[in-house]
Amino acid sequence: MQNVFSTIQLYQPRYHFSVALPLADQGISAGFPSPADDFLDLSIDLNKELIKHPYATFYGRVRGDSMTGAGLDDGDLLIIDKSLEPQDGKIAVCFIDGEFTVKRIKLDKDSLWLMPENKKYKPLKVTEDNEFIIWGVVTSVIKNM
Amino acid sequence: MYNKEKSVPSLLERLRERPMELFALVDCNNFYASCERVFNPSLRDKPVAVLSNNDGCVIARSNEVKALGVPMGAPAFKYQPVFEKHHIHVFSSNYALYGDMSQRVMNTLSQFTPDVEIYSIDEAFLKFSGFDYYKFEDYVRKIKATVDKNTGIPVSIGVAPTKALSKIANKIAKKFAERTSGVYVMQTEEQRLKALKWLDIDDVWGIGRQHANRLKAKKVFKAFDFTQLPDDWVRKQMSVVGLRLKKELEGQPTLDLEDVANKKAIATTRSFDKQYSDYSIIRERVSSFAISCGEKLRRQKTQCRLIHVFLRTNKFRQDLAQYHRSTVVKTEYPTNSSIDLVKYAIKALDRIYKPEYQYKKAGVIVMELQPENTEQLSLFSKKNPKHHQLMQHIDHLNKTIGRHKVKFGSQDLGRVWKMRQERLSQRYSTTISESIVVRV
Repeated sequence: MQNVFSTIQLYQPRYHFSVALPLADQGISAGFPSPADDFLDLSIDLNKELIKHPYATFYGRVRGDSMTGAGLDDGDLLIIDKSLEPQDGKIAVCFIDGEFTVKRIKLDKDSLWLMPENKKYKPLKVTEDNEFIIWGVVTSVIKNM
Repeated sequence: MYNKEKSVPSLLERLRERPMELFALVDCNNFYASCERVFNPSLRDKPVAVLSNNDGCVIARSNEVKALGVPMGAPAFKYQPVFEKHHIHVFSSNYALYGDMSQRVMNTLSQFTPDVEIYSIDEAFLKFSGFDYYKFEDYVRKIKATVDKNTGIPVSIGVAPTKALSKIANKIAKKFAERTSGVYVMQTEEQRLKALKWLDIDDVWGIGRQHANRLKAKKVFKAFDFTQLPDDWVRKQMSVVGLRLKKELEGQPTLDLEDVANKKAIATTRSFDKQYSDYSIIRERVSSFAISCGEKLRRQKTQCRLIHVFLRTNKFRQDLAQYHRSTVVKTEYPTNSSIDLVKYAIKALDRIYKPEYQYKKAGVIVMELQPENTEQLSLFSKKNPKHHQLMQHIDHLNKTIGRHKVKFGSQDLGRVWKMRQERLSQRYSTTISESIVVRV
């Protein structure tokens, strides 16, 4: 088998002499500057991309299939922002009658509906008899593929 | 000259022109119980109690539990029938959760002012300059609403021109919550006097039981009576600290926000899961507590000069021989090296340990703290400079690969000491596998 390193020749560095060079206080420009140098610090930080309010952001695990139409599948991880105002059409984590659930919020004139996104399930109208709070708004969903 | 016609501003006017500083004390209501409720909203109107380490005694109570007459510090085993009878929801303390929720509250507060002093896990002083007093209440209500929205934790906020008065304003906000809805701004002289005449001397911030008793003997029963004492007497009896407090209550600010790290002492104390008398077991526990104090010291970049160690038997087992001793060892130099701390803690332990008793609790408290960098150089110091580096490496490793992965020889390497936490809730906000489950 051919040794792939065989074509590389090694040289000893020479340490024992010095040359005085003029000092350029603006820095030395050698050749064409890499346009990428200005962006060296930047890398993708998903925390920054996905989480706008870190102090108000929590996670929740999806169990069930009533929201598959919105892309929320069993086992997915929800990113929930408690600081956001719940609005008509937003997907929110709600606490209803002792359980957390996630549904799309629909606001009518005088009623609030929890809308599933799966034909197997029916919309649920929230009434005064329900123990109900909107816990937070879902901003992203993370799934394992 | 035209400015001759202008009158010289009175003292009062000049004071008014001075930018007004205001202090707010933000206090989370029944903090631990409230944390549990955030992730279990059906507990909102139910009685909730949280137990200390090892499920020993009640350390946090929701208002419902307070109303049922369960006192702070109630031993859990004694109150078990009460818990059951009134369906009190009891939790082991979940410090991962409470610590994270505390940080969220504090970070939310710091969006409203750069001047925040975190006073404890559930309390913070905020300082504001240059606000219009009358519009200020709206602003404070907004702070309360934002903390509530971001974290789900209800807070009470008291505002006043001094820290000591803000503490009282907070008490009023909390005590009369139906009227104040959790926010009280003390803005007039009339309000200040009314508050001082209402507040018992025992409840004044910074007045300990001994001073309170001495003051009561002098017919000082209310905070107001205290402010009527002559300055000289207060200074003589209660030192300049007492005098400062008096000025604060009179409305003159003498206390500014303090740096977070200015703690007076750091303690690591635990009840054991059962009773032990074996020296090697007690020694291992005391070593671990000393190491934990070292970690806390290094985290806040301070060193200690004194190490206090105590040992006690089970005080609820009066049928057994009782023993409670403590001792203090002075270090040769200020240190936060775990190696040094263990050495001194064991030295202290050896002075107080007696083999004939069954021990239930031990603790290590480090005192006389000073910042790391103010150390005096001593030619003859026996301090080993390598410790500093070694500790840095150990702290780094424990931070990156997991808590207590790197241990010292004096710690039990095989055994896992577990706290009794039979009613622990999940670490909802800090561990992804324990986040809330959302059924869809």
